[in-house]
Amino acid sequence: MVQFYQTPRFDRAFAAISDATRRGVLEQLGRADASITELAERFDMTLTGMKKHVGVLEQAGLVTTRKIGRVRTCSLGGRGLEEEAAWIERYRQMWAERFNELDKLVEQLKQKEKSDGRNASK
Amino acid sequence: MDAMRASEHMRGPMTKTDRRSDREVVVTRIFDGPARIIFDAWTQPELIMQWWTPKSFGITFVSCETDVRPGGTYRYVMGHPNFDQPMAFVGKYIEVDPPRRLVWTNEESEDGSVTTLTLEEKDGKTHLVLSDLYPSKAALDEAMASGAIGGYPEQFDALDALLAEKRAA
Repeated sequence: MVQFYQTPRFDRAFAAISDATRRGVLEQLGRADASITELAERFDMTLTGMKKHVGVLEQAGLVTTRKIGRVRTCSLGGRGLEEEAAWIERYRQMWAERFNELDKLVEQLKQKEKSDGRNASK
Repeated sequence: MDAMRASEHMRGPMTKTDRRSDREVVVTRIFDGPARIIFDAWTQPELIMQWWTPKSFGITFVSCETDVRPGGTYRYVMGHPNFDQPMAFVGKYIEVDPPRRLVWTNEESEDGSVTTLTLEEKDGKTHLVLSDLYPSKAALDEAMASGAIGGYPEQFDALDALLAEKRAA
């Protein structure tokens, strides 16, 4: 898991801040969270254009976005390793619980095949 | 070896997860049974309904329909006490190769993952690999941020709470 936080991300961060608009967006988000629409208006830019800039900052781990209803809100800062680890653990738990149920079903079906096989050979 | 088997018997075999890349999460598990039974359990509605929503999730099936062929769709409708109305989980099958491989889309939210199920049978046991591949890093990050797991929306607080409790226990 750790490897994703090494060099490629570092390179992306440098590429991300090489652009004046993106530096402006970071500065803006440093003051307050903002929606993509608000950022587009402030920087006098199309929604599509601002989405691209935010996408670059997001990929670089400098900005996170959350979509609530139809509004995507941007905040400064990358996602922590802890949050990711917690999500992965919840995801694992969900599958572990399902798979324990699936085990029971597999066992039932195996027994059923066995008894069906016995009946067929009679 | 015997000790390992004994502990597996008590807690169930290990389910492992791994973030394989910045847009892919992989789950692995070994089952004591042939691949064809497991494939059936993933594709036949009357079997899916028996294991997909363990009681502890607090979710119940309202209906389950599958049209298992490339391009065919599935629709799982589920209810939860916190839902105003039942929720549908929908998508379509991309690859169908029984009993080894099944690939489907998850379309209940935009930027959903494509799931690939691979079953490899050896000596009566089946090694299961499930990959959730998101269209972009941002999409997987978003799934993580919303707390959604396996296509479940934020409303699944009960499940989150339960899993957190189990983790703490």
